[in-house]
Amino acid sequence: MDQTKIEKIKSLPQYHQLVKERTSLAWKLSIAMLIVYYGYILLLAFDPAFFTTIVAGNYISIGFPLGVGIIIFAFLLTGYYVRKANADFDELTAQIKKEVE
Amino acid sequence: MGTMMKALFGLAAMAVAPMVYAAGVDVAAPAEKVTNWSAIAMFVMFVGLTLYITYWAAQRTKSAKDFYAAGGGITGFQNGLAIAGDYMSAASFLGITGMVYLKGYDGLIFAIGFLVGWPIILFLMSERLRNLGKYTFADVAAYRFKQTPIRVLAAFGGIAVVILYLIAQMVGAGKLIELLFGLDFNYAVVLVGVLIIAYVSFGGMLATTWVQIIKAVLLLSGSTFIAIAVMYQMGFSFETLFKTAVENRGNNMDILYSGGFVSDPINAISLGIALMFGTAGLPHILMRFFTVPDAKEARKSVFYATGFIGYFYILAFIIGFGAIALVVSAEYMDGAKLIGGNNMAAIHLSHVVGGDFFLGFISAVAFATILAVVSGLTLAGASALSHDIYANVINPNATEQQETKIAKMATLVIGGLAILFGIGFKDQNIAFVVALAFTIAASANFPVLIMSMFWSGMTTRGAVIGGWLGLISAVVMVVLGPVVWTQILQMGEAIVPYKFPALFTVIIAFVGIWFFSITDKSARAKEDKEGFEAQFIRSQTGIGAEGASSH
Repeated sequence: MDQTKIEKIKSLPQYHQLVKERTSLAWKLSIAMLIVYYGYILLLAFDPAFFTTIVAGNYISIGFPLGVGIIIFAFLLTGYYVRKANADFDELTAQIKKEVE
Repeated sequence: MGTMMKALFGLAAMAVAPMVYAAGVDVAAPAEKVTNWSAIAMFVMFVGLTLYITYWAAQRTKSAKDFYAAGGGITGFQNGLAIAGDYMSAASFLGITGMVYLKGYDGLIFAIGFLVGWPIILFLMSERLRNLGKYTFADVAAYRFKQTPIRVLAAFGGIAVVILYLIAQMVGAGKLIELLFGLDFNYAVVLVGVLIIAYVSFGGMLATTWVQIIKAVLLLSGSTFIAIAVMYQMGFSFETLFKTAVENRGNNMDILYSGGFVSDPINAISLGIALMFGTAGLPHILMRFFTVPDAKEARKSVFYATGFIGYFYILAFIIGFGAIALVVSAEYMDGAKLIGGNNMAAIHLSHVVGGDFFLGFISAVAFATILAVVSGLTLAGASALSHDIYANVINPNATEQQETKIAKMATLVIGGLAILFGIGFKDQNIAFVVALAFTIAASANFPVLIMSMFWSGMTTRGAVIGGWLGLISAVVMVVLGPVVWTQILQMGEAIVPYKFPALFTVIIAFVGIWFFSITDKSARAKEDKEGFEAQFIRSQTGIGAEGASSH
């Protein structure tokens, strides 16, 4: 990529919007995933008694819905990001490409 | 190509022949090793189908881009299935179900650790990787830096991970086949080696991708069937499932709770880091991002992969508890233990719920799983040799034909090594190899790759020193850890009391990269930093990125 193209892209408001929005969304979702996962691990490490709570019937302990919930949460996060990216980021990228190519 | 394919089929036939022979011998033998004909029939069908796909792919694999990246023409959905196929190894299927069978709830904690790296890969890496890379993750890591030192580092890190992973897969394959098909361990390992060399060298990434896809579909449908059958027998009630499981364990409720698997916070976090960042540093997984045409398909592939892998782990959990509840008959037990060990829980359960025929199907699926994962690994290892070392370090002027030829030779080398290591490590304690592979991937490959994309201040010197520090500290700390030092070398108490030292080695790598970059005042450092802007714009917009090939 030559310098004039770089300067041209840098001057586009769409480029700055794309970088800002995507970076902010990516970090927010990453931090959400990290907090949920490491929160779960720390809870296991520091409060194992919590996991002996029975939430339904006589045998279903809280760990089961919690664990399956984390798996579903991870999947929903990826779905949210992809939806947002398909809707907004691709549009901005297409506009940038149109401007410089 | 025609004669090559004939030779290929000939080789495969030769490889199958001793199997049939050995199987014939075993039928006559009274006994423990019962030959499972439905398993053999289904396995032969799988091999036939994959060889046909290899033949089809071979005709479409002409350029280097075809060989390494399937021409960049795989869709996001297909790649998502293939990533899931690459990631759901036999170790996951048999290992996690076996762990749930043994420890109950703790198996789920482990499975979650394997999953949570995927969203992070999507948010921070997948699109950038696709926009910057060509064939291997080193293309991205070395993008704006001095090629030789970064390529050598990345190839070392990549091949180390591949070889360690291969050892685990090949030894596992040999033992599994020996148990399931009654075929001698050495024959089994050679058979696996010959088949994967055929898939990869003739069919390249296209054949490898379709082998992964078929295997993923077989594994997901087989696991779904077992899980539904378990729930059917339990009246679709988790209460009944857990109750039956607890009763079979002498009314001990511990399997419903965490059994101190994460009693030590440092060990727990370190394991989490190894699994999460290690996943983001596995060369055979990273390579899959270059098989799709653009960043959009790259992110879709992670979405599908996360869904399939998450679903699979939930099934694995039900299967593990199902095995505690239902695998109780004496025919599956060797004293108080399962025949073949805890990792056979899913296999025995398939017999309980579906009889001989279904046992055959699941056995064939387990073998297909190993074949698929080993071929992905072999392709990644061969690419590191031919693309990173040969075409970028030894002979930067190599033509595409020369590079593709070297890639096929490298496939033979890696496949040959896989056979040798599989046989060589047969009776060794290999419990440490997967831990070491993930630790190296997290401490050498991942830090260099992520910093190259995110930090404008990284220089060649910082990347090389930090990356090597991560790699060496990972090896040293695993060797001094409880598995190698205490169990294998029998040197007494471990000097490093952590099975997964990733928490420390990842920090060592990042601090090394940071420190040796900020203190780097060379002319090269200036060039490295100046290159960031153009790299960043390409990573964000995809302008200038590799496209899909037209044919």
